Amino acid sequence: MTIESKISIRHVHKAFSVKRGSKPFKAESQPVYALQDINLEVRQGEFMVIVGPSGCGKSTLLDLLAGLTKPGGGQILLDGQAISGPNLDRGIVFQQYALFPWKTALANVEFGLEAKGVGRRERRETAQRFIELVGLGGFEHRYPHELSGGMKQRIAIARSLAYDPEVLLMDEPFAALDAQTRETLQSELLRIWEATGKTIIFITHGIEEAVYLGQRVAIMTSRPGRIKRVIDIPFESRRSEEDLRSNPDFVKLRHEIWELLKDEVSRAQEQEKSKTLDAYGEGKSSAKGGARHG
Amino acid sequence: MAESNVAKTLILQGRSDGGTLERATAKARRAFRNSVAILLFLAAWEIAPRTGIVNVTFFPPFSEVVSAWWGLLRDGDLQDHLAASLTRSISGFLLANLIAIPLGLAIGWWKTAADYLNPFLELMRNTAALAILPVFILLLGLGETSKIAIVLYASLFPLLLNTISGVKNVDPLLVKSARSMGLSSISLFRKVIVPAALPTMFVGIRQAGASSILVLVAAEMVGATSGLGYLIQYAQFSFLIPQMYAGIITISVLGIIVNYLLLALERRLTGWRQTYGE
Repeated sequence: MTIESKISIRHVHKAFSVKRGSKPFKAESQPVYALQDINLEVRQGEFMVIVGPSGCGKSTLLDLLAGLTKPGGGQILLDGQAISGPNLDRGIVFQQYALFPWKTALANVEFGLEAKGVGRRERRETAQRFIELVGLGGFEHRYPHELSGGMKQRIAIARSLAYDPEVLLMDEPFAALDAQTRETLQSELLRIWEATGKTIIFITHGIEEAVYLGQRVAIMTSRPGRIKRVIDIPFESRRSEEDLRSNPDFVKLRHEIWELLKDEVSRAQEQEKSKTLDAYGEGKSSAKGGARHG
Repeated sequence: MAESNVAKTLILQGRSDGGTLERATAKARRAFRNSVAILLFLAAWEIAPRTGIVNVTFFPPFSEVVSAWWGLLRDGDLQDHLAASLTRSISGFLLANLIAIPLGLAIGWWKTAADYLNPFLELMRNTAALAILPVFILLLGLGETSKIAIVLYASLFPLLLNTISGVKNVDPLLVKSARSMGLSSISLFRKVIVPAALPTMFVGIRQAGASSILVLVAAEMVGATSGLGYLIQYAQFSFLIPQMYAGIITISVLGIIVNYLLLALERRLTGWRQTYGE
């Protein structure tokens, strides 16, 4: 079982020490658990979606997978090897695109290839191929600010795929886009996934997005983040279905996840409120804050 | 069929002619908008002394200033003084760049250093360079060294502060994205930090360019035997009023040229953000 796992997350913890309160005497740092005992196995070529309320540590988990931070405990294995740091075997797509504004679309896609040490000619050809794959042929020489949000995210996806990572990590990649562009990109992503056969870990707070994209959906709790349940989404071919979102099975699954998330979302909101109150002291501002939320 | 094609071509030609005509008028209109205030000012300068509104001795008409300027140019005086000034400001400016840009990149990269040093650098920048000119003269004498040093001082701090803030304010997401691709610290610096900081660095370069001329002219008025500042001062003492104005005009034009050249360089190096427009 573990041998065929592409990525295994085993008993992963992550805590941050946060200084609470503004007064010096209160400022004793205490650890805040972002993640607690995360366990998840992702299979080769699988599309795994992680869904959770905001502030549940989804992005922390992604940083750990990317190797940008180290877990406080437990381990993350890629093909059986512990992740020791950032590497080109994992590609990340961020919500805010993170394209280099001084580079053209083509040069942005070439960036990872350059880091990989691919020669100039081959770099250009590969980048060109992936720009075609994401459907932006003809836009190679545009700068990011000359592209729409959806186009920028397509280029960011092309950039991450171009250096041929084992796993594609996506951190709420479509959250900043308008609804129509988002739906287009979701089905585009499924097409690209089918074409490339990559393992994808996709983080979102959108339930519908999770059900539409994921082969499996892992639901996280509010902070400290844990995996509450992993649900199988048994649709065979999503793209052949005309209007998958109104399929009764789709609606049922969405409702199931909604039920699982409902309590977590309200708990996360409570946590956020008390954090805001803490940060601004107790006096007048607490009454104000209370009034605003109530 | 053939006829309709010809007709189409004619229409297209007509249209493109209209386009060039329109573009020409747009250009002319812009040239007028840009120069009308200057032309009015020069006209007032010409008319006011001639009609006796201002004293002609202290305020000679513009045409007289121009002919004085031409005279200075023919004698070769103007070139000599201009060359002396340019040598000083360019050496000071370039030295400041050589020191401040690497230093600023290093300080900005090392955030703790930046936090400690920034207040001090702000203090130094806000100490008017001319206020410490006497110190430079005491330490370095009246020769070229003190003048290059004052230009260096005046250019250093805008360069340093802007380079530091450019590096410090690089979008952390870009750094994160580059790091996730396994870039080493050196390539991260070279391929992400420096290009991302370049627009802010250029703000400093332009400020330094402007102040390198401003400060130098004033320094040359205090103890120098050549340079545009000296020319103006000398002309005033010798009551060569048109020559004095000729010197002043030369400095204004020089300032505009320097700013224009630096802008052109900036456009070349940071052309990717040109469409944001200024």
